[in-house]
Amino acid sequence: MNPPVAPATGGGRIRTPLPFPTAAKPAVADTQLRANLHRATRTIRAKRARVVDEVPDWEALRDAGSAIKADVQRRLPELLEQFEASATAAGATVHWARDAAEACRIVVALTRAAGADEVVKVKSMATQEIELNEALEAAGIAAYETDLAELIVQLGDDTPSHILVPAIHYNRAQIREIFQRRMADAPADLSDEPAALAEAARAHLRRRFLSARVAVSGANFAVADTGTLVVVESEGNGRMCLTLPETLISVVGVEKLLPTFTDLEVFLQLLPRSSTGERMNPYTSMWTGVTPGDGPQDVHIVLVDNGRSAVLADPVGRPALSCIRCSACLNVCPVYERAGGHAYGSVYPGPIGAILSPQLTGVADNASLPYASTLCGACYDVCPVKINIPEILVHLRQQAPHPPVERATMRVLSWVMRSPRRWAAALRLARAGAGPLGAYRERRTGARTLRRLPWPASAWTRSRDLPLPASQTFREWWGKQ
Amino acid sequence: MSARDEILARLRTALADNPPPVQVPRGYRRVDDRPDLIGTLVDRLEDYRAVVHRGIDALPRLLSEVDRLAVPIDVPADWLAGYAGELHRDAPPLSAAALDDLDAVLTGCAVVVADTGTIILDAGPAQGRRALTLVPDRHICVVRTDQVVGLLPEALTRLDPRAPLTWISGPSATSDIELNRVEGVHGPRRLEVVLLGSGA
Repeated sequence: MNPPVAPATGGGRIRTPLPFPTAAKPAVADTQLRANLHRATRTIRAKRARVVDEVPDWEALRDAGSAIKADVQRRLPELLEQFEASATAAGATVHWARDAAEACRIVVALTRAAGADEVVKVKSMATQEIELNEALEAAGIAAYETDLAELIVQLGDDTPSHILVPAIHYNRAQIREIFQRRMADAPADLSDEPAALAEAARAHLRRRFLSARVAVSGANFAVADTGTLVVVESEGNGRMCLTLPETLISVVGVEKLLPTFTDLEVFLQLLPRSSTGERMNPYTSMWTGVTPGDGPQDVHIVLVDNGRSAVLADPVGRPALSCIRCSACLNVCPVYERAGGHAYGSVYPGPIGAILSPQLTGVADNASLPYASTLCGACYDVCPVKINIPEILVHLRQQAPHPPVERATMRVLSWVMRSPRRWAAALRLARAGAGPLGAYRERRTGARTLRRLPWPASAWTRSRDLPLPASQTFREWWGKQ
Repeated sequence: MSARDEILARLRTALADNPPPVQVPRGYRRVDDRPDLIGTLVDRLEDYRAVVHRGIDALPRLLSEVDRLAVPIDVPADWLAGYAGELHRDAPPLSAAALDDLDAVLTGCAVVVADTGTIILDAGPAQGRRALTLVPDRHICVVRTDQVVGLLPEALTRLDPRAPLTWISGPSATSDIELNRVEGVHGPRRLEVVLLGSGA
C-alpha cells in the first residue's frame, strides 16, 4: 500500500505581495476609487435585495445549496471520477493539473497542438488565478479577454479588483479614456455612455470571435452524473467563445462539481440573484462533451487542484470550497467598499478572498488577510451557500503567526481575565492610572481615547484609537442608583 | 504517479476526518401555483427589454422588416407564410461570417420559464444549432404556451442534459460599467418573442 499523499497548497495570483494594511493605505486615500466603489456597491446591493426579496423560498434554496456543496466536498474524489467518466464518454478529453504551473502548461500545449497562436477567452477566475494569460504570452500565444470588464482591465494593463466585475474600480469616464488610448478601432467621438462603450467593445471583438480557432473558458458548474459544464454570463461573449471556435479548453477547479444535473435547479436560482441582482442572467450555456455539427469538435477540460486539497483538509475552513463566486459578500463588506479589491493582492478579494486565499496558499503566506475584516457578519447573511465567513476568519487568525509581544500580552491578559478578583483589581488599577489622562484627552479632543501608544503597542494603534477606561464601571454606577 | 492519481490521493487524505453523510433538504418550491403564468412571463420578458407579440399574425408583420432571414432547416412552413425576403436555410451549415451578414434569425424553443422570463433552446425541433441564434443581431423566437412552465425546477425535468443548452433571458446585456445593466453587447441586441397557442 502506498503512503498517504499530503494535500498541497497552490501557486499563482493568490498571494498578497504586501500586508493588507500596507496595500490598503493608498487605496483608502484615493477619493476617486472610494467614490467609484461606493456607487457601484450601493447599486448592486439594492438590486440584489430587490430580487432576493421576491423569492419566498430563498432560505430553503440557501439551505439546499449549502448542503449540496457539503455533500460534494465529502464525496469529491468519487464525484471527480464520475465526472471524468461522463465527460469522456460524451467526447471530451479530461486533463488533471496539480497546480497553476501544470494547468498553464496543459493549456499552452493544447493551443499549440491546435495550431493556433491566439485564443479568445471567456471571463474565468480560475484562469486569472493560475496566471494563464502571462503563461500564454510567454509561449508566444496572444490571449484576448472578451468579457467587457476583463477587456477594460486587460487594455488598462491592470489586474481585476472584483470577482464579478473586475473593472469595478473604474467609472465610465475612466473606461472611455482607456478605450481611446488602447483600442485602435475605437470611434474618435466615443462618449462615456455605457451603451456607447458596450457598442465599441462589440465592434472591437466581432471579427476576432468570427475567426477564432481556440477558446479558453472556466466553468461555473461541472455536473458529475452527466459530464456537463455550465457557463453563466451576460454579454454573449461567452456564447461566442463556447460555440464558434473548433477547440474549446475549459479550466475548472475541482471544487466546482455538482452531483447531478437536477442540482442546477438550486444554483441557477441562487447565483444570478446573488451576483448581478437579476432574476436570471441573459445567457447560460451548457455543453456535454462534443455535439456533432454543433459547436467545438475538440473539447478539453482541465481539472485543477492548486491548493484546493489543502482547503479540503481543514474541516473548519473546508466550506470555503462551497463558494460559487457570486461576489455578494464583496458588495456588502464595509472593508472591501473602502479598500477595494487590489489591496487583497489575490485574485479573490473581499470576505471570501480573506478566507480562501490564505487556505489555498497556507496561512503563513497570506497572514494579513484573515484580519481584513471587522467580523460584522454581513457576508454570512448574504452568502447564497451560507459559508460562515466570520467563523473561518477567526479560525484562520488563530493559525496565523503572532509576534512574541502579542503572544506574551495575550498570555498575561488571559491570566488576569481568568479570575474575577484579578480582573476587577486590574480595572481599578487601569482607571486610577488613566483617570487624569482620560480627563486631559477629553478636554483636548472631546474623546477619552489615545491615538498612539509607544512601541511595541504602536502596531495595534496604527489603525485604531485606544479607548481609555471610563471613570466608573456600569456595576459601580448601578450600585449607586 | 500521474497528476490524476496524485490529486485524487491528496483529496482522499484531506478527507481523513471522514465527514458524516449529508441529507440535502429540498424544501424549496418545485411547482408554481401562480394562476397567470403567461402574464408573469410577459412581465418578465418586457422587464428585460424583450419585445412580446401575440398570435401567428404577428409573424408576417415582423418578418416584413427583415431583408435577409436565417432559419433552421426544420422551421414550420406556416411561420414563413408570405415571407418575401431572402431566406437562408442552415443547410449546408452557414459560416459564421455568412450568419453575420444576415438581419435576423427565426426559431422556436424547447422550454420557457415564466418566473425568470427565460427561454431555453436545446437544439431540438425548429431551433437549429447554437451559432444560428447567436450571430445574427436580431432573434425572433416563437414560444407555444404549452412550452411555458412556472419555475426553473419544472424546466429542468423537461430537458436532456446531453443536448447543448442555451438559456436566454432578454437580449445581450452587461452590468460591467458601474454595475448598471445596459442592453446590447455581443449576442443579439434585439430579442422578439411571438406567443402562440391558447392563453397567448
